[in-house]
Amino acid sequence: MSFILYLLSGALAGLLGGMGMGGGTVLIPILTIFLGVSQHIAQATNVIAFLPMAAFALPKHKKAGYLKTEGLAYVIIPALISSVLFSLLASVTDGEALRKLFGAFLIALAVKGLISLRAEFSSSKKGGKSA
Amino acid sequence: MKMSVLLRRGRRLTQTDKTGRILSGLGVGAANGLFGGGGGMIAVPLLSAQARLNAKQAHATAILVIAPLCLVSAIIYSVNGYFSVQIVIPAAIGNVAGGLVGAALLDKLPPVWVKISFVAVMLAAGIRMVIG
Repeated sequence: MSFILYLLSGALAGLLGGMGMGGGTVLIPILTIFLGVSQHIAQATNVIAFLPMAAFALPKHKKAGYLKTEGLAYVIIPALISSVLFSLLASVTDGEALRKLFGAFLIALAVKGLISLRAEFSSSKKGGKSA
Repeated sequence: MKMSVLLRRGRRLTQTDKTGRILSGLGVGAANGLFGGGGGMIAVPLLSAQARLNAKQAHATAILVIAPLCLVSAIIYSVNGYFSVQIVIPAAIGNVAGGLVGAALLDKLPPVWVKISFVAVMLAAGIRMVIG
């Protein structure tokens, strides 16, 4: 039974991720809030589950010409360095504290999302096009 | 010489471009490392703005940026004992299946009600996690 619940959680996250919204920002709260998974295990599940998805998606995106690698090393190399440091920090952070921090991060992302939705609304009104 | 070509290719990056990208990378890596996710949510708007990518390009390129970060986090978390095979296998299978469907739907960008629901879910989940 739990196999199916984890499968469905992953599917919902993959669906959102594939549509260009954050998959992990949905998978991690589902696992912790509804399925009682610890914050650390939920985070580990998300980073691992991302890899096969990326392995499937990247060749398709490359073929479609969507990958823009110009100057990308300037992003990836510092990202890798901070990712190593902050993954180590996460590993030694108390699960409860990490959960609260993650919650605050989600709230910040939601506020950012609200702002961009609002901008989208006002620009579509100006355009006068009703979809 | 060859490396420098690879680093800029096409348009020459100004010092400001480079600094912006390095700072973005540090931020994306920090969030994704600490929270085991969410790096893409930051990378997509940054890539759109800095590299002037459209929505699909930014989304696809963000996956390329996030994948190596997830790989190092996966190794570090697992080495520290945070790994559950019973959870990760079904979640990964579901993620691939959902991702394929989602990518097929991406040809039409998500309708606004999907975006609104997504923001609402993030907000509710965030509040629940902070106070719960």
